Amino acid sequence: MSILAYNGAAIIGMSGKDCVGIASDNRLGIQYETVAMDFKKVFKMNDRLFVGLAGLATDVQTLDQLLRFRMNLYELREERTMSPQVFTNLLSNMLYEKRFGPYFCEPVIAGLDEKGQPHLSTMDLIGAISSAKDFVVAGTCEGNLYGMCETLYKPDMDQETLFETLAQALLASVDRDALSGWGGVVHIITKDGVISRELKGRQD
Amino acid sequence: MGDSAYSFSLTTFSRTGKLLQIEYALNAVANGRTALGIAAVDGVVIATDKKFGSPLVEGIGVRKVEKITDGSGFVYAGVGPDYRVLESVCTVNFYSHAQYYFCPHTPTTLVRKARKEAQSYYREYRETKPVGQLVKSTASVMQEYTQSGGVRPFGVSLLVAGMDGDGVPRLFQVDPSGAYFGWKATAIGKGYVNANNFLEKRYQDDMELEDAIHTALLTLREGFEGEMNGHNIEVGVVSKADGKFRLLTPEQIQDYLDEAN
Repeated sequence: MSILAYNGAAIIGMSGKDCVGIASDNRLGIQYETVAMDFKKVFKMNDRLFVGLAGLATDVQTLDQLLRFRMNLYELREERTMSPQVFTNLLSNMLYEKRFGPYFCEPVIAGLDEKGQPHLSTMDLIGAISSAKDFVVAGTCEGNLYGMCETLYKPDMDQETLFETLAQALLASVDRDALSGWGGVVHIITKDGVISRELKGRQD
Repeated sequence: MGDSAYSFSLTTFSRTGKLLQIEYALNAVANGRTALGIAAVDGVVIATDKKFGSPLVEGIGVRKVEKITDGSGFVYAGVGPDYRVLESVCTVNFYSHAQYYFCPHTPTTLVRKARKEAQSYYREYRETKPVGQLVKSTASVMQEYTQSGGVRPFGVSLLVAGMDGDGVPRLFQVDPSGAYFGWKATAIGKGYVNANNFLEKRYQDDMELEDAIHTALLTLREGFEGEMNGHNIEVGVVSKADGKFRLLTPEQIQDYLDEAN
């Protein structure tokens, strides 16, 4: 079994009209044994930028700390917030620096750029970036998530529709993946603020 | 080196609390050719006198205004070779090794360092280094040279022209001590007091780039010995329209001079 699939995860980033959303499941497992149902995988970097980290739990937490460290230094030095584009490149560089002993994480980056437009990108565990206009997914549930997102996604959704779409895509996908699920969380980023909602989901 | 008895910093406090080496460095700046800059609403201009001591000097390849990033440039007053080292802090990658060894005017110090730092910033963030950051890091280099062993402070002050992240045109001055200042318009080098007086009278808050270029040339002419032409001055411009820094060609400079006549 791949070390990337050791703990299990399902993460989606999706764009709407002047808003962008990111959702993840809550499970932490050790292979097929579920250990916790409140494991955090999506992290707020600033008011307009979230990152989801799918992969080995220890690396998820370490990367979150490293990213926070780099973001804080940047914001103090430059007296401005980091744009999602810059954040993506920074993270990509951090991952490639560990090219031969990588962090076993696949990130999903969702944020609003300076103009308030959605930015979505993802990368593999050594930092190869791929950006998308509609949605990006990562985790053990990736295949299912692609299927649900391709079915449910529509361009220019408002924030409520975007929430509903993300929630349905996530819940339906994790029901067919043994390594992810046990509830989830959805964050909708708008220029006026972030709406965060917990999803109950199946607990078996 | 490093721990030999002679490797202590040359910049040592006098009993009156002054750093004399830094004051001497400022004297070296005040003896250098005049350089000046003006920040307009839609751009920045920096300009300098580049008159040679002898008519026999071959002027081609002597550069005082240098591009550092796409959107920012330096000009200096003071000791030329020190400036080029600063350039190197900033730009090394622009030059192939062949040029590095054979071109007599290869930037070697401040400009080189600034360019290199700007390129590694771009390498990490895929975003051009904002002029404010460029100024901060260059100032740090200059500060380091006031406190390290076996070195002396840089004998140059810099004027840095560029566009900030928010698209506002900015002009900065960086001194040998590592102190830096933001200006609407200022002059450094020989005759800077007169030039500053002149700029104070001529500067207007709603000045546009074209006016600023003319005012810069006019100010330069005040302290210029002899006739100015496209070859004995240098002018660099950042315009808000495209956010790019460019050097004016001798022909372009001559056109501006002719317009003024």
